[in-house]
Amino acid sequence: GPLSERRLMEVRLGELPMWLATCDFSPQGLLGGVQKAWSSYYDKYINVKRGGAAGISMLLAGYCLLSYGWNYQHISKIH
Amino acid sequence: LLHAARRLHTSPQSSAPLPPLPEKGGEVRHGLIPEEFFQFLYPKTGVTGPYMLGTGLLLYLLSKEIYVINHETVAAACILAVIIYGVKKFGPDVAAFADKLNEEKVANALAVKNEAIKDLETAIEQEKKEQWRVEGRSYLFDAKRNNVAMLLETNYRERLMTVYNEVKKRLDYQVAMQNLKRQKEQDHMIQWVEKSVVQSITPQQQKESIAKCILDLKALSRSAQAAA
Repeated sequence: GPLSERRLMEVRLGELPMWLATCDFSPQGLLGGVQKAWSSYYDKYINVKRGGAAGISMLLAGYCLLSYGWNYQHISKIH
Repeated sequence: LLHAARRLHTSPQSSAPLPPLPEKGGEVRHGLIPEEFFQFLYPKTGVTGPYMLGTGLLLYLLSKEIYVINHETVAAACILAVIIYGVKKFGPDVAAFADKLNEEKVANALAVKNEAIKDLETAIEQEKKEQWRVEGRSYLFDAKRNNVAMLLETNYRERLMTVYNEVKKRLDYQVAMQNLKRQKEQDHMIQWVEKSVVQSITPQQQKESIAKCILDLKALSRSAQAAA
């Protein structure tokens, strides 16, 4: 389909800059993008009949990595 | 003032029933990495590719001190161990409990739906019965008409009877009056005749008749004695 309506995973590497150009970077656009990402994650891993530990464990792991990244300066300084 | 550009009756809502929830979530290996990643690397690197990538990445992070090992690492390792032990041991029980809760919810909703369906079906049957009853209306009115006709007939006959009785009573009265009159005339006439006869009997005649009677009696007694 047309470039602007494809998802990130379906964009080929060479078309990446062009795809980024068609992205909507206004606050509403970013909010909409975040909402779409969260709803796709939620519908795939959490909003199921028999989910497992994978749903929240991935969120917690992501949070761990993110907080490590934010505190990297502090952690590397102590050592 | 209706703007021509606005479309009517076009909302993204649709009243089709919701699609059911998927049974299981997306596949995740080791609880952290989605299966799609392994499938993504499989054509190029086979089965061990992602694990090689992970090992190399880990060694790089450790060697370059991008991941620093300090007291927090030990704490994280202990916490992870406890969490994994807990999940492995109590996971199935918690899953069964959650499944039971879900089933109860679904069963309640189903029960409500079935109740509603049953109530509506009984309502339909009762409605049909009422429709059948309506067909019998003509019989009802026929019966009522018959009742009224019978009442009228009964009343008419009662009055006829009353009329007959009254007329008979009057006629009987007339007949009784005539009979009484004739009887009274008869009695009076008899009395009068007797009285006049008695009066006409002179003492002389009385004596003669008494003597004749005695003679007759004597003759009779003589003949009776002769016969006996």
